[in-house]
Amino acid sequence: MSWRARGLALALLGLAGAVGARADIPAGERKSGALFMSKQTQAMQADDTANPGMLAAAEGEGLWNASPAPGGKSCAQCHGAAETAMKGVAARYPAVHEASGRVVDLDGRINVCRQEKQNASPLARESRELLALSAYVGLQSRGLAVAPPDDARLAAARERGRALWETRMGQLNFSCAQCHDDNWGKHLGSAPIPQAHANAYPIYRLEWQGMGSLQRRLRNCMSGVRGEPFALGSPEFIDLEAFLAARAQGMPVETPGVRP
Amino acid sequence: MARALINVPAKAKRGEIVEVKVLISHPMETGFRMGPDGKFIQREILKSFACTYDGEAVFSADLHPAMSANPFFAFNMVASQSGVVTFSWTDDKDQTQVQTAKIDVE
Repeated sequence: MSWRARGLALALLGLAGAVGARADIPAGERKSGALFMSKQTQAMQADDTANPGMLAAAEGEGLWNASPAPGGKSCAQCHGAAETAMKGVAARYPAVHEASGRVVDLDGRINVCRQEKQNASPLARESRELLALSAYVGLQSRGLAVAPPDDARLAAARERGRALWETRMGQLNFSCAQCHDDNWGKHLGSAPIPQAHANAYPIYRLEWQGMGSLQRRLRNCMSGVRGEPFALGSPEFIDLEAFLAARAQGMPVETPGVRP
Repeated sequence: MARALINVPAKAKRGEIVEVKVLISHPMETGFRMGPDGKFIQREILKSFACTYDGEAVFSADLHPAMSANPFFAFNMVASQSGVVTFSWTDDKDQTQVQTAKIDVE
């Protein structure tokens, strides 16, 4: 092998290294998960009279206006009409809860309100009521851009979330990034690999035959790589949600999304 | 609690073909699935769905265990006169729920 050929081989190796290294999806190439779905499923999401997530949102509207516990105020009694008060709120979460200094996601924030303002017990994660409320609150941000707050206290959570995103997990030893950053658009079996943007949660997933939060979806992927999923509401999931919100910054909210 | 989202056009012209859409909140549990305890989850489905327009049947369907949760019906009918469109669905325990919508025909 001549020196020139050897140089070329080294250059190719270098290129392979660069391609193999992780890179974020450029802003211009970001695609919502909805664009990876069939036309029929897209139509189901787009039509409010056919989108089953709207059943949850309608239930959430009822809960918004109802008192959750004797003597407790309803959401509406403090916040007023959700259409104005909650506009753009879901697009900002996860955010820092000022009183405690903790980073909370939207579901967590709803439960903070229930405990501190409504004299009620917190709702279980993935419970019908909590999904209904978060779907209704999320619906008020539909069409608005995902807008994570510019808060230094969130930066640490985002960094921890990014580290988890890039950590190989489970018996299959895959990180989130290996599929969703490096190989989106390809197929895993017959299913397309989307970019995994968190802009439509909570979603109605046809496979689940019901609603589910982003955390349920993350647990789904973790058990998919034969890993031990984090617990619902765990700090790890809040960190991942914070990272995913920053990753989807500027993309329109689709809540309640429909996914296959 | 939201039981169903019903979509009937509020106004229509006489003789116009209108689309009616109904999305019912229901688990449609097949009875063939096992829970975490290894026991079968009891079947809980809607058996039938019917729609009448001013008392006249315009659409009906029998439902079976293989149908998805939250069944969705979309069908067309001719708007012949102003009246009430009545939707009813019956579950395994023979409990029937009824919802109505009004249509104004000019």
